[in-house]
Amino acid sequence: MTDTLAPAPPTPGARKAPAGPSRWARVTGHPLLYPLLAMVVLLIINVIATPTFLNVRVQDGHLFGSPIDIIRNSAPVLLVALGMTLVIATRGIDLSVGAVAAIAGAVACTRIVAAPDEGALVTAVMAVTLALAVCVLLGVWNGFLVSVLGIQPIIATLVLMVAGRGLAMLITDGQITTVNNPAFSKLASGYLFGLPIAFLVALGMVGLTALLTRRTALGMLIEAVGINPAASRLAGVRARTITWTVYTFAAVCAGLAGVIIAANTRSVNANSLGLWIELDAILAVVIGGTALTGGRFSLAGTLVGALLIATLARTIPNIGIPSEANYLFKAVVVVAVCVVQSPRARAALRVRRPSVTKVEAR
Amino acid sequence: MSTTVAESVTLWERVRTYSPPSRFLPVIVTFAVFLGMFGVGGVRYEGFAHPQVFLHVLHDNAFLIVLAVGLTFVILTGGIDLSVGSVVAMSTVIAAKTLELGWPPALAMLTVLIAGTLLGTIMGLLIHYLDIQPFIATLAGLFLARGITYLISVRSIPITDETFREIAYASIPLPGGHYTTWLVVVALSTVLIAAYVLARTRFGRTVYAIGGSESSAMLMGLRVALVKVGVYAISGFCAALGGLLFALYLLSGYSLHAVGMELEAIAAVVIGGTLLTGGRGYVVGSMIGVLVYGTIQTFINFDGTLSSWWTRIAIGVLLLVFVVIQRVATRGPR
Repeated sequence: MTDTLAPAPPTPGARKAPAGPSRWARVTGHPLLYPLLAMVVLLIINVIATPTFLNVRVQDGHLFGSPIDIIRNSAPVLLVALGMTLVIATRGIDLSVGAVAAIAGAVACTRIVAAPDEGALVTAVMAVTLALAVCVLLGVWNGFLVSVLGIQPIIATLVLMVAGRGLAMLITDGQITTVNNPAFSKLASGYLFGLPIAFLVALGMVGLTALLTRRTALGMLIEAVGINPAASRLAGVRARTITWTVYTFAAVCAGLAGVIIAANTRSVNANSLGLWIELDAILAVVIGGTALTGGRFSLAGTLVGALLIATLARTIPNIGIPSEANYLFKAVVVVAVCVVQSPRARAALRVRRPSVTKVEAR
Repeated sequence: MSTTVAESVTLWERVRTYSPPSRFLPVIVTFAVFLGMFGVGGVRYEGFAHPQVFLHVLHDNAFLIVLAVGLTFVILTGGIDLSVGSVVAMSTVIAAKTLELGWPPALAMLTVLIAGTLLGTIMGLLIHYLDIQPFIATLAGLFLARGITYLISVRSIPITDETFREIAYASIPLPGGHYTTWLVVVALSTVLIAAYVLARTRFGRTVYAIGGSESSAMLMGLRVALVKVGVYAISGFCAALGGLLFALYLLSGYSLHAVGMELEAIAAVVIGGTLLTGGRGYVVGSMIGVLVYGTIQTFINFDGTLSSWWTRIAIGVLLLVFVVIQRVATRGPR
């Protein structure tokens, strides 16, 4: 708890590596140890089930293989989780992201269908821009409820979570809108430099966010608001503006995810698009070591969390279990991660390793 | 109030200046909204204000009332239970599957109730003893229940059992030529029992105390552990009971039943005047919250030109209004 204000290390080993024993302690005490271990275990299980699982080959000018599928499918959750990380860092939560994703998909698809030239690149760009603009408005709305009216984040965003899918249905008129625009579907299924565009977009957002929060004071200000909004305001931090920005950012990320999902299926079903993605995103954030109590966040952790969820989703059918059982395994992962991260369980572990406590307290 | 003239004047004075205790205010506001909606509906649509319409609203939302009652306990302690929708789906599938296997109906019902209560208890234990946040622990419960449901059966199983069908179709005559169903009776009994437990028992008062301040409750020597695990067990039980009612209502078990029902239940509880921060609220309020939700649906049915998604938008708007009112109300006294 002593180093709550210090930014989390962007990558393991970025700090000057200490001497022998404490390096071991840092590895065992690193918050990303267990998620990474879980991912390695999952990959090993996959390789045992299908020895060619990790093979990546070049086909049609781009990379092809299960790992590529995993990173492609992780894009929407990664995007939503990215926005969620910052919201949770301010001690908030955004439940409305799934509904916002549905609205973004609905806006983009109806816009493309209504355009005079349905297949043109310009149409796709305009549609996505419009969808993201709508998301900015929705995010501003959430931020207004939380920062100006001072409503608890969980209730404030519940409003949009309940109403949002209704709004998305209103936009699509209750129909499953199908679009036919090559540029739009490229967003989900296209490749650039051999890698899926969807993943590159998500990774680009993560990189940009990391740059903005860790190379400027923004990250620390966000954490300050999460630790104590009143104190940070008295210290001259614009707590209200930061809260507002964070919710808007989360909505934009969710909108981008919604557009990618819609592009992937080339259609929008307002009822099912992004269903439970908020839960997956929160799960990714928590796996990544960002506590729901706020005041601290780890973007690298969120990246690992989102990849872990995508790997899990891929593992279940690969080892011959029906994919519906995915939920069961997710539940196990949630409980396992929480038990490992729970302060009480950690305290019980630490009794046996006094050296760790000493290093962390320094 | 048996009276002389002088007293009746003061009585009038008392009635005129009477203001209900502020703690009942949210429930009264919700009730007024409910009455107002029924009144507007009665004026606009022929046959809307008929008592049988009201009984139908009760019948169509009996399961939601039971869910909201269980959830009220959890929310009063300042927690949340996201798993209720999934537990409803799990209950319908367990009931349908066990009946398909030829189990006696009573045993099938018992299995459902035990499964729900057990899941709730496990979540409560995780929350209290491992300090896992209610949101995350019940999120695990949501995934677990949905996963179990998929494992039991992916396809929809019809319920053909005679006893179940009899209970589902039986109508109980009421005075005035109206009738109601066992679903309504079960739901209303749940509300009554829950209201009694919350208002008159040690357990119920401890629920409010934990919602007010958990550490104070602990320092007062109240049995925080028992009650905190207990509320999640109650919520699990209520979700299972709601699931049984849902199975009776639709006479089928399906893994895609009740997707997002936890939202409807939480919305109903909030509209019913219970604070999500805990410590304030009544089960009767939650019931009226569900009735408001049901009335909106009836409104849309009667209107005919509005599409079903307006229900969600209307509930969202109503939720917003109540949340803002609550915010203003709780800010006032400070």
